Amino acid sequence: MARLVRLDRSGNTELAAWSDGDQASYEQAAAIFRAQLEGGYMGVARLPDDTYEQVRELPAGVELVMLRRPIAGG
Amino acid sequence: MRSLEGLEQLPFEPGASLPETAEVWWRTPVDARRLAWMELLSRGYTTAYVAPFFALGALLLVLEPLLFPVSLLCLVHAWVIPELFANRGARVLAPDVAADDRAGRGLLADLLDRHPAAVEARTGAVVEQGRLGVWVIAEKGALLVRPGGRRVHAFCVGVKDPELRRPDRVAHLLLALRQDEVGFATVANHAFAGARWRIRRRVAAARRPALDAAVLQSRNV
Repeated sequence: MARLVRLDRSGNTELAAWSDGDQASYEQAAAIFRAQLEGGYMGVARLPDDTYEQVRELPAGVELVMLRRPIAGG
Repeated sequence: MRSLEGLEQLPFEPGASLPETAEVWWRTPVDARRLAWMELLSRGYTTAYVAPFFALGALLLVLEPLLFPVSLLCLVHAWVIPELFANRGARVLAPDVAADDRAGRGLLADLLDRHPAAVEARTGAVVEQGRLGVWVIAEKGALLVRPGGRRVHAFCVGVKDPELRRPDRVAHLLLALRQDEVGFATVANHAFAGARWRIRRRVAAARRPALDAAVLQSRNV
């Protein structure tokens, strides 16, 4: 089961989950993902080799996609 | 509608810069070469600030030994200036007393292996191996211990949401660092480059074990 998780003021919130072959749950998660990007979050996918990449669309082949806020020099 | 099989082919943009670097387009990417240049520059201006006080102190002693107290004051100045630089750098690891630390570590716990998690639980800072060195990440910034453990850089960087809890702020920074290390260092404001021993004394006592762990790790690379 893949998860879409947002890092927010309540800690981390699981916004959606989808599984391989479940097109409906994936489409729902993808819509939530796009809405979060429009709200200023950034998508980061954890790839199977444990590296992290920026994503602008929800990838189906990963276990965890996180939404984070932008960083800036202090 | 795209099939799941098709979506698995989505490009991940491997090697893409952190999007935040667009906000600081005028900055030179902070890679290993740039870090070496910063270290050289730091040595240069520290020498330029300190040397005149040493010279003046010595000159006063030669001219009139009774001016010893004034000469001593010059030496104190020469000592204090690099300490002020180090203090500025060490502040990036200062614990934010206002940060909310309740309700566990959330996603940060999932992002850390056993040893880094133990260091984080003890100090509130995350030790992360990168290509540029070993990072110590806290809620208001990060230290980078260069390979060998002798030189340290301090970066002031945070998340644009001050109401986030401390572990979540650290998790945001950790994610950004893992995405693009050079981009992370470029977006952050560089606050210090210098000797590890100088900055270590200025780092908050609670966070010093994290710096020590990073130094140890940097020597083993």
